[in-house]
Amino acid sequence: MNVAFLLNGEAVTVKTAPTQTLLDWLREDRKLCGTKEGCNEGDCGACTVMVTDADGSVRALNACILFLPQLHGKAVRTVEGLCGQDGALHPVQDAMITHHGSQCGFCTPGFVMSMAAAHQNGQEDHDDQLAGNLCRCTGYAPIIRAAQAAAKEPVPAWLDDHARLLQTKVGENRPPYMPDTLSALADWYADNPDGTLIAGATDVGLWVTKQMRDLGPVVFLGGCDALQEIETTATHFHIGAAVRMTQLREAIGDDYPSYAELIRRYGAQQVRNAATLGGNIANGSPIGDNPPVLIALGATLHLRHRTQTRSMPIEDFFLSYGKQDRAPGELVTGVTIPRGQNNLRCYKLSKRLDQDISALCGAFNLIIKDGIIRDARIAFGGMAGIPKRAIAVESALIGQPWSEATLTQACKAFAADFTPLSDMRASAAYRLEAAQNMLRRYYADLNSLHTDILEVSA
Amino acid sequence: MSVAKPLPHDAAALHVTGQARYVDDIPLPEGALHLAFGLSQTACGTITNVDLSAVRAASGVIDVLTAEDLPFSNDVSPSVHDEPLLAKGEVHYAGQPIFLVIAKSHKAARKAARLGKIAISDDTPILTIDQALAANSRFEDGPRVWVKGDPDTALNTAPHRLQGQITMGGQEHFYLEGQAALAIPQEGGDMLINASTQHPTEIQHKVAEALGLSMHAVRCQTRRMGGGFGGKESQGNALAVACAIAARATGRPCKMRYDRDDDMIITGKRHDFRIAYDVGFDAKGRILGIEFTQYARCGWAQDLSLPVADRAMLHADNAYHLKDVRITSHRLKTNTQSATAFRGFGGPQGVLGIERVMNHIATDRGLDPVTVRQRNYYATGTTAQTTPYHMPVTDFVLNDLTSRLLSTSDYAKRRMAVSAWNAENPILKKGLGFAPVKFGISFTLSHLNQAGALVHVYQDGSIHLNHGGTEMGQGLFQKVAQVAAHRFGVDVSAVKITATDTDKVPNTSATAASSGADLNGMAVDAACITIKDRICACLAQLYHCAADEIVFADGQVRIGTQTIPFDQAARLAYQNRVSLSATGFYKTPDLSWDRIKGEGRPFFYFAQGAALTEVVIDTLTGENRILRTDILHDAGASLNPAIDLGQVEGGFVQGAGWLTTEELVWDDQGHLRTHAPSTYKIPACSDRPDVFNVALWDQPNPAQTIYRSKAVGEPPFMLGIAAFSALADAVASCGPHDPDLDAPATPEAIFNAIGRARA
Repeated sequence: MNVAFLLNGEAVTVKTAPTQTLLDWLREDRKLCGTKEGCNEGDCGACTVMVTDADGSVRALNACILFLPQLHGKAVRTVEGLCGQDGALHPVQDAMITHHGSQCGFCTPGFVMSMAAAHQNGQEDHDDQLAGNLCRCTGYAPIIRAAQAAAKEPVPAWLDDHARLLQTKVGENRPPYMPDTLSALADWYADNPDGTLIAGATDVGLWVTKQMRDLGPVVFLGGCDALQEIETTATHFHIGAAVRMTQLREAIGDDYPSYAELIRRYGAQQVRNAATLGGNIANGSPIGDNPPVLIALGATLHLRHRTQTRSMPIEDFFLSYGKQDRAPGELVTGVTIPRGQNNLRCYKLSKRLDQDISALCGAFNLIIKDGIIRDARIAFGGMAGIPKRAIAVESALIGQPWSEATLTQACKAFAADFTPLSDMRASAAYRLEAAQNMLRRYYADLNSLHTDILEVSA
Repeated sequence: MSVAKPLPHDAAALHVTGQARYVDDIPLPEGALHLAFGLSQTACGTITNVDLSAVRAASGVIDVLTAEDLPFSNDVSPSVHDEPLLAKGEVHYAGQPIFLVIAKSHKAARKAARLGKIAISDDTPILTIDQALAANSRFEDGPRVWVKGDPDTALNTAPHRLQGQITMGGQEHFYLEGQAALAIPQEGGDMLINASTQHPTEIQHKVAEALGLSMHAVRCQTRRMGGGFGGKESQGNALAVACAIAARATGRPCKMRYDRDDDMIITGKRHDFRIAYDVGFDAKGRILGIEFTQYARCGWAQDLSLPVADRAMLHADNAYHLKDVRITSHRLKTNTQSATAFRGFGGPQGVLGIERVMNHIATDRGLDPVTVRQRNYYATGTTAQTTPYHMPVTDFVLNDLTSRLLSTSDYAKRRMAVSAWNAENPILKKGLGFAPVKFGISFTLSHLNQAGALVHVYQDGSIHLNHGGTEMGQGLFQKVAQVAAHRFGVDVSAVKITATDTDKVPNTSATAASSGADLNGMAVDAACITIKDRICACLAQLYHCAADEIVFADGQVRIGTQTIPFDQAARLAYQNRVSLSATGFYKTPDLSWDRIKGEGRPFFYFAQGAALTEVVIDTLTGENRILRTDILHDAGASLNPAIDLGQVEGGFVQGAGWLTTEELVWDDQGHLRTHAPSTYKIPACSDRPDVFNVALWDQPNPAQTIYRSKAVGEPPFMLGIAAFSALADAVASCGPHDPDLDAPATPEAIFNAIGRARA
């Protein structure tokens, strides 16, 4: 099937298998070898490219887990297309040379592309923008100096992919496995219940690149605008299943800064620019970071099978390890999140602070009136085979005074809720103790004690 | 003046534009094939049946080879021929290659490699240090033991005495470019190899063995690596040999690159160690007698483990004068990846042992940990003090260097501020850690301390530079080009740096042991001097002056009162039939070393440095962050201060990563569970210190090195220990007991150590 997009400013139409990755296509078919393969799973950023959407938004993405159809109607820029026609360097390239930002050079094209995307978007939170680019040589300091220096320079005029997209109208003919309405998508899935839905491909991509699976029938959600909607009312957010983590972070940031901070540490920029909320829920992973937060917030999950829709409290969706309350051919369409719950706090615990999968992730949401805990919603990822609510802990809290004595009692209840596992991320004992201590941190946090190492300086 | 300039990396402009070519980027000739290994899923056992029918039948597969199909040597070991390319009879670790798939694409080869049905009768694997000790599974007959003085009496009579131990994990190299090689068959059965390797001569040698050829029939080229760190000193042998064998078998070019997971599962890593100690000291914390017992987990094959373990012993003293000392080293053989070279080569493990002792003495006596270290330092300006291996320490700069660093980093004031902060904060705690390093420079296998170079000057004045060192990002090529440019008095742009090539410079040593610039810089300089002397002799005759009146500077040659451009001088020499091509050779002087006795002068000199680091920990979870690091490092008279600062910054972060987030986990069957960046966490951008002040000591090396510079590749790695000591310091502030922190100090390890401190 044909997919059309702009590659370094030139329109290309590619006849492709749907799970052809951009990275392999660039390197093997187009012989554009500037984009590197470092890990082939979206964790190192060596393959970062810059993608401009039809609406003009610019994203850094990992080419290794990006399937060509995901690019339909968009513009891709690789490191080969970053210089001007006359070979003039982009400001980030120039700064990387001046500030000695490359040593072995293998991660450099990926860094440069992340930096160029951030530069284009005027983002100067360099540590966050570059958390998904690993460098083993420099210790990052010179790269950050380069990013800071380049931030002062204007975006080069030759990076005009949005204008080119508007001119060329590339991608007018949508491939058939990319439905543009929810009903068409729902029908396809009902007809192909063993098929695979592909949104950001940050998980499904690895089925192809690492497990080497043949996926069978696939459908891409990228054309279905209904799934990408964010609706904010006085009382709720409605988040479409294909809303990306970057967008979610922005949408809920004012209401839930702690959730936004959790999302800041979810994957890295390239992953958040692709990964969707629906994907993080529907794959049923026990270590996805969104489900515990959504459970603590009392969110509602929406599903659809053909024309039939249903909704449920999100915690009911996760039945047991690998098993969700989702019928064959039924798809997750979105989540409704209540607003205004000021006591929400989210704590992500991992070996590395940025771009790491949680050993455990706790979300706490207590309603306290006159010193008494009136209601409690607490949930964890990484503590059981599913994202799970801490019912016994909640019971030990509700109706009690918000005090250290209550905390001590409630901590004892964790063992009734959870029997965590030991794995390469953490031992069972540590998981349990750390979960208890997250409740202690929550107490200290609400009492305005210093609890956040990110807020400490030398 | 080209030397001492902070010029960018020679390939910086190629890096940032994506034009820098790595092995996997080389355009392939028509019909090239791709390879992948089929791996053992079992850590230890006997192969009872190999069924490769599904592999052979898989789409795109051309051929599948097993050990039986290899025409000559089945060995890729860099040392003692104990490392078959493909397992024969027995498997020794989970991940060991058993068969080789040759296919039309990389993906087809990878996919088919999973289809092998290998029956193995499992034996109980030996995985841990304790299991290896119990089974007496080791390399060499028994432990190596070096003694100086009378440690037993010193320990027994010391007023204070402590015992303890520290375990430290290994480390995955995580070079961003995975292992890769390409073999292109040549006429007459010769073979051309392009490899991502620190050691082209070793590749040439192993490929020649595998093909039954002399070394002259095999040529290996390496333009650059996307990171090496020791991981490409011997670990590339398997890929290059596999490519050569497959190319010979098919008559077609063959390329192999490991997928990241395969790379991590197959290749060796830094040795993990346990170091036990027994130390006697006085009330001021001065060590009177000490005994170290080092246990190194070497994996299944010997590889470079003996010199690694030797270097750990050689750095058991770090910066401290130990009068009465015994060091015992066990080199244990286990059913895990064969541990290999990694920046520091055992040195960091040895250093961490005594740094732990310093922290232990400080907490035991309630002394400032920096003061304890200073009291134990070698003295400055004496020949009387010797290392545990009886080498006089004559070039020790850490007394002065430490004083300056403590002053510029405001240590005393910050120590008080940290105590005050900790008193006010019940949940978060800060810590300060100081780490000095004194690192011995030279290969301890003395004959490796040699290098060759080949320099051509063309008649247009352009210079072609080649030497035996390889470029892995460390900036070697630029430094050496600066040496060449300096000698001819031309701009560095006049010098063309070319790929390392066994056809140009033979019999090279690995680019390792931080030796690249020291050895190759000298060899290149020697070649340049030869050519320059010839040009001078020619010009002296033409211009009727003395050769020593001729000066090369600023792109010009001054001959008495006349000045001609360098290119004209080159052209004149050519026209007068002067050879403008020369080899250069260098061998490090004054080395003599008996590794069995542990006596002699294994090192030409010591590179030194020190770091102070401040951290914060969360006592509820053990999460932590580096807040500030100040470093003063001794790179001698730097050949290129920008490149050297880059090595120091990068070395520190990599060293801190080793001791914090980088945790290798094997399950009880010997499967590596952390074989991708999703589970193995090298430092990310925000893991570098918030405040990062790095400076060079900038004093000429007393040893006669190239322009009095010092080696800088490995030594700063050990400055990362400052972060570990700072974490231990923060933990110690939580309770009365010694924190007994092991490495890596993951949040979980820190959390558990807090429990011990408070218990």
